[in-house]
Amino acid sequence: MSLLSVEGLSVSYGANPVLRNVSLAIEPGEIVTIVGPNGSGKTSLLKAIIGAARPASGRVSLKKGLKIGYVPQRLHIDQTLPITVERFLRLGENVSRADCKAALEAAGVKDLLKRQMSQLSGGQFQRVLLARALINRPDILLLDEATQGLDQLGSAAFYQQIEDVRRDTGCAVLMISHELHVVMSASDRVVCLNGHVCCEGTPAVVATAPEYRALFGTGTGGALALYRHEHDHGHDHDHPQSHEAAK
Amino acid sequence: MFDDFMTRATLAGIGVAFAAAPLGCFVVWRRMAYFGDATAHAAILGVALSLALEMSIFAGTMAVALVMAVTVTLLAGRDYAMDTLLGVMAHAALAFGLVAVSFLSGIRIDLMAYLFGDILAVSRSDLLVIWGGAALVVALIAWRWSALLTATLNEELAYAGGMDPKREQLVLTLCLAITVAVAIKVVGVLLIAAMLIIPAAAARNLAQTPEAMAFIAAGIGGVSATVGLRSAYLLDTPAGPSIVCVAAVIFALLSLVGWRRRSAR
Repeated sequence: MSLLSVEGLSVSYGANPVLRNVSLAIEPGEIVTIVGPNGSGKTSLLKAIIGAARPASGRVSLKKGLKIGYVPQRLHIDQTLPITVERFLRLGENVSRADCKAALEAAGVKDLLKRQMSQLSGGQFQRVLLARALINRPDILLLDEATQGLDQLGSAAFYQQIEDVRRDTGCAVLMISHELHVVMSASDRVVCLNGHVCCEGTPAVVATAPEYRALFGTGTGGALALYRHEHDHGHDHDHPQSHEAAK
Repeated sequence: MFDDFMTRATLAGIGVAFAAAPLGCFVVWRRMAYFGDATAHAAILGVALSLALEMSIFAGTMAVALVMAVTVTLLAGRDYAMDTLLGVMAHAALAFGLVAVSFLSGIRIDLMAYLFGDILAVSRSDLLVIWGGAALVVALIAWRWSALLTATLNEELAYAGGMDPKREQLVLTLCLAITVAVAIKVVGVLLIAAMLIIPAAAARNLAQTPEAMAFIAAGIGGVSATVGLRSAYLLDTPAGPSIVCVAAVIFALLSLVGWRRRSAR
């Protein structure tokens, strides 16, 4: 049985429809990436899954007892709120100090327990968020552009961590990302979203799909070359306008 | 021991400080300072209504504060920004309240007592209401603590953890209304927000965790009430404002400590 399934989901903000008739299912242990331009409803889809956005129609069904680990797009902690990493990780119920240490280690940051959240670097902060998502041993991780604000090396390392987590714990991963090149190589399946599901499939299939190229242009092919370098290169030289489309 | 008016006043001040401390922390963290202020100002309309209808001031002010807070929460972000809406509602309620009180001829009302508090006139039954209300606020916040804190950090995080941030917001709104209602007698509508914000903001300089901040704020509030009342008695100054002055001085001192600590790092 799927961990979660979305059937015919539509979401609107006021009169603006952001998602139309989206269907999607996530199986245990798979890494699925959602790509799509700004305003394509990626974040709204995740919000609908966790129950923060109400569907206008359609439904979201979660497997009974499904444990979700959520890493938000941005988490701003007000300067006036003092909180240590340990306290932050122990916000949920029944979290021991040993759990905190284990989660921090799994997220690739040890020895941060006593630090104030406000003193962490961007990369450390995102990893603490990841640790917090992992702490209840979730069946699925949801990540909403979790590497925003990290440099290329930082985000590559972060996604490597996600793969390690999946390997070690077997949890499924559903993530949104702008960084097509890094993400695509790490995903089992890619869903291209633009208000509706344009196309989906393995990274190789999506990267060559006409719908995907229409959205992102062939310009991203240069980046994709990281993934498909052995048989796909040099094709963006005669399409300078496609770079514009990619942005 | 409750026979002495100073004892009753001190206990009333400490009661309000205890309720205001944890609530004040959330007011500071969630940047609701103006919201607290507005809710408190609206309470003067509640005073007028209570007097006109000859009902308890506590019930009247709490009802108006609650209606005000819920209305603002529901309307905010639609046509007007939160602070605009608060400015309109709070001052309208204050103005209507002041006008309404003037219609209540026949009853001689000391309006100053409601604007600046009348802590020295706290009776035994007032004390019961204040401590009852304060206990309710502290219990509500303690019960919802984790969920409130998670929702304050990030709404989506709360949703993903199976909590409902809107419900938690309502808990805070309710606590705010209760606090306003019990604090009117102690510091008056104009200074209630000070009791919420100043101790919490002062505590920020010493605290490493949210819980510590709430406890330290309670301590600072309690000390402010005690020292403020004592100096009001000795210097013959108005009691409510004296309490707030002491809290403000503590804030300034602790801010210096916090600043030195940060620059030492």
